[in-house]
Amino acid sequence: MIEQIKPPRRKNPLLRTRLPASPPRPRSRISHGFTRAAAEGRFMLQRCEACGAFTYPAREACPSCLSAGLAFVDAPRRGVLLAETTARVPSDVYFRERAPWRIGLIKMDCGPTIVAHLHADCAEGAAVSMSLQLDKSGQAVAFAHPEAETPNMADDKQWREMTADPKFRRVLVTNGRSVIGQEAVAALKAAGAKTVFVGIAEPWRPFAGEERLRGQDGIEIVTLDAADEKSATDLAADIGGKVDILVNTTEYVRPGGLLDRRGTSIARDEIDQAYLGFINLAQAFGPAMRMRGADGINSSAAWVNILSVYALANWPAFGAYSASQAACLSLSHCLRAELRPGGVRVMNLFTGPVDTEWFQTVPPPKVAPRAIAQAIVSGLKNGLEEMYVGDVAEEIRQRLAANPKALERELDR
Amino acid sequence: MTNTLRAPYDGVVIAAPVTIPYVRYSIESAQWWIGRALSALVAQAGIKASDIDGLCVSSFTMGTDSGIGLTQHFGLCVRWLDTIPLGGASAIAALRKAARAVQARDADIVACVAGDTNHVDSFRLTLENFSRFNQDAVYPYGAAGANASFALIARNYMRMFGVAREDVGKIAVAQRANALRNPHALMKAPLTLEQYLAARPISDPIHLFDCVMPCAGAEAFLVMRDETASSLKLPAARLLSTIERHNAFADDPMQVRGGWAMDVDELYAMAGVKPDDLDVVQTYDDYPVITMMQFEDLGFCKKGEGAEFVRQHDLTIDGDFPHNTSGGQLSVGQAGAAGAYLGLVEGLRQVLGSAGPTQVRNASLALASGFGMINYDRGLASGAAILAGPSR
Repeated sequence: MIEQIKPPRRKNPLLRTRLPASPPRPRSRISHGFTRAAAEGRFMLQRCEACGAFTYPAREACPSCLSAGLAFVDAPRRGVLLAETTARVPSDVYFRERAPWRIGLIKMDCGPTIVAHLHADCAEGAAVSMSLQLDKSGQAVAFAHPEAETPNMADDKQWREMTADPKFRRVLVTNGRSVIGQEAVAALKAAGAKTVFVGIAEPWRPFAGEERLRGQDGIEIVTLDAADEKSATDLAADIGGKVDILVNTTEYVRPGGLLDRRGTSIARDEIDQAYLGFINLAQAFGPAMRMRGADGINSSAAWVNILSVYALANWPAFGAYSASQAACLSLSHCLRAELRPGGVRVMNLFTGPVDTEWFQTVPPPKVAPRAIAQAIVSGLKNGLEEMYVGDVAEEIRQRLAANPKALERELDR
Repeated sequence: MTNTLRAPYDGVVIAAPVTIPYVRYSIESAQWWIGRALSALVAQAGIKASDIDGLCVSSFTMGTDSGIGLTQHFGLCVRWLDTIPLGGASAIAALRKAARAVQARDADIVACVAGDTNHVDSFRLTLENFSRFNQDAVYPYGAAGANASFALIARNYMRMFGVAREDVGKIAVAQRANALRNPHALMKAPLTLEQYLAARPISDPIHLFDCVMPCAGAEAFLVMRDETASSLKLPAARLLSTIERHNAFADDPMQVRGGWAMDVDELYAMAGVKPDDLDVVQTYDDYPVITMMQFEDLGFCKKGEGAEFVRQHDLTIDGDFPHNTSGGQLSVGQAGAAGAYLGLVEGLRQVLGSAGPTQVRNASLALASGFGMINYDRGLASGAAILAGPSR
C-alpha cells in the first residue's frame, strides 16, 4: 500500500536546487507509435494485419508471419505480472537518483510480454492493467498498475514521475478574466493545488466572476498582462521560482478571415495577445521551470495550452483566429523541445467553439468552460500531451486523420 | 540419442590457449588488447604472424572497427575473415566457423581472438547501445542493464523450481575457491557462503556476488588441422563436437531453458561421449543461476534438478565435478567478449595439461559452453563444445 505524500516543507533558499536529469531517450523510429499513443493516453500495440498477432517491442515485420503490415491499434490492457525486480544500482543518473526503482515483466493477455515500470501495488502473479506514459524524456514507456483502485494510488513515487499531478503544486493560470480561467482555478484547487496564482490585467478594473477569486484560500490574484513583456517579466521576478504548472488561458477570439477585414489591426491584436503573449510567458517563466524539474514533490511539472482545434485546420469563418492558433501550436512544439531537458511537459488541449460570448452565433455543440477545466486536471493527472475536448474537437481530429483535403473543403461553408 | 547428420570434425584441433591478464580499468583501446593476444598467439605457437591465414574477432569496444580493419592494423594478410558479435556465445561460434574453415582448407591457421577494453565509462555505454530492443524496451526501464534482465529471469526460475540463494551461492563460492589458485583472477579474497548471502542487493534477487566485474582483457586460441599442429610440434586438443542455437523456445513466456536443451543430445552423440565422461566443465557464468540452468540443459541433471545437482556435488578443482576452474567470469572478471572465451580457453588448457595451478588431475575431456545477447527479455544465443586432449 502506498503512503500518502506529505505537503512539501518550505524550501530552504540556501540549499542548491537539484538539477533535472533525463531517463534514456533514444528510440527507434517505429517505436514512436507508442509515443503517439501515450501522448493521447491510449494503449496501443502493433498488430499484424495478415495473421492478427500482437507483437512487442516495436518491430518492422511480424515474427509470426513476416508480414510488414504492423499497424498500431488499440489493444487490451490486461496482463499478469510474471516477475519483478528492484533496480538498486542503475547505471544512469536519472534512475540512480531515484533508486530503488521497480520494474517487471508482464505477460499480456493478448500475447506479448512487456518490460514495464511497476506501480508499487502491483503484485507478482496478479493481474495488472497496462498504460503507455510519457517519461521525463518525453518518450513512451509501459506502466503497469494494479487492476483495481488502491488507496492513495496517484501518490506512487514512480507514477508521479509519469504525471504532472496538481496535488501540492503551485499553478499560474494566466488569465482569470475568462470563464475558462476561472473554471480552471476552481478545478485545480479541487485537485489539491497548494496555490493558484491568477493573472489579471489591470486588477483594479472589476470583472465578472471576481468574487470567485478574491479572498479565497489558496488563490492569489496577481497582475499579469501576457501581451505586455514587462508585465510578464515583473511577475516572473516575483513568483517565477514557485510556478510548478502554468496554464495558459490567454484567449483572444475574433471572427473573420482575410478579405472582409480591412487592414491588419485586428490580426495584430490576435498575434499580440495569443502568439506574442505566449512568447512573453515562455521567456518569463520557462527558464525557471526548466531548472526546477526535479525540485521535490512540488517540482515544476507542466505547461498547459488551450488551443482551438482550428489550429490544425483553418476554419475560414474564424480564419485569422485559426491562423494565430496555428502559430501558437507550432510554438508549443518549440517550447516542448526546450522544456524537455527539465522534464517539464507541454500539454495542448484542443477545443471546438467554447460556450462564450465570442462564439455566440455558432450553433451547438459548444464546449462548456468547465469541461475544459476538468480536462486540464485529468490530463495533468494522467501525464498526457494532447487532449481533444468536446465532440467538435474529436470530430476534427478524426476527419483530419481520414482526409485533410475533405476537411479543408468542408470547413469552407 | 539421435544420430547426427552433420559431418564430424575430422582432424580439427585447437591450440595455443592465450589469456592476456585482465585489469579492472584500462586506458588502452580494444585494439591494443587484441594486438597483445595476437602477439602472444604467435609467440606461443612459434609461428610468424604471416602464417596466420584466417582471423576471427569479437569485441564490444572496437568502435568503428571490425575484423577487416584489424587485418591492416596488425599487418595480417588472411584468406578467411569473420567478426562475431554474439557476446557470450562468441567463442563457441568462432570455434565452429574456424573449424569448418580449416577442415575445408579455406584456411590453415585461424586465429580466434576476443578482446575488450574497459574505460571508466565504457560499460555504461555498452549497456546503453546494446541492441535495438534493449534501447526501445529495456534500458529506459531503470537503466539497470543485464542485472535487471537476469534478475527477472532468476526470480522466475528460482520460484518455479524452489531454488534458494544458498544453492546458487554455492556455485559462486566454489568458483572463488578456484580463482584463489589463478594468479590472473581479479578477485583475490576468499568468499564464504555467509558473505555471499550478506552481500548488498543489486537488482533483487541478484546480489553483488552474482554479478561479474566488467574489466579489460583478451583471450585467444588457434584452430588448425592436426597435421598442421604436428608439423609445428604444437600440443593440441581435438574438437569432438559443437552445438549452436539462437532464439530457441521463443514461446516460453520467460526463459527457464537455453538453446542447449534443443541440441544437447546431438552434442554428446557427435562426440561419442556421455555427460559423465567429462573431466571438466566450463559454463558461461554471468550470474550463477544461468550456470545452474546450463547444468540442466547440458544434460547433467533434469530440468528443475539444478539446485539438487549443485547440492550433491563439489564444484571446485579438486571436487567431483570440477567446474569453471579458472574462477570463471564471476571471480576472474568479464572482459567483454573475451568473457565468452574464458571458459573455452581454460578448458583447452585443462585438456592440454597446461593449466598450472588450476589444473584438474588427468583432465582429458572438457566441455565449454557459451550464452549471450540479452536482446530483450532473454539470452538469445547459446552454444557448447567438447574437446579432447592428446591423452585421450
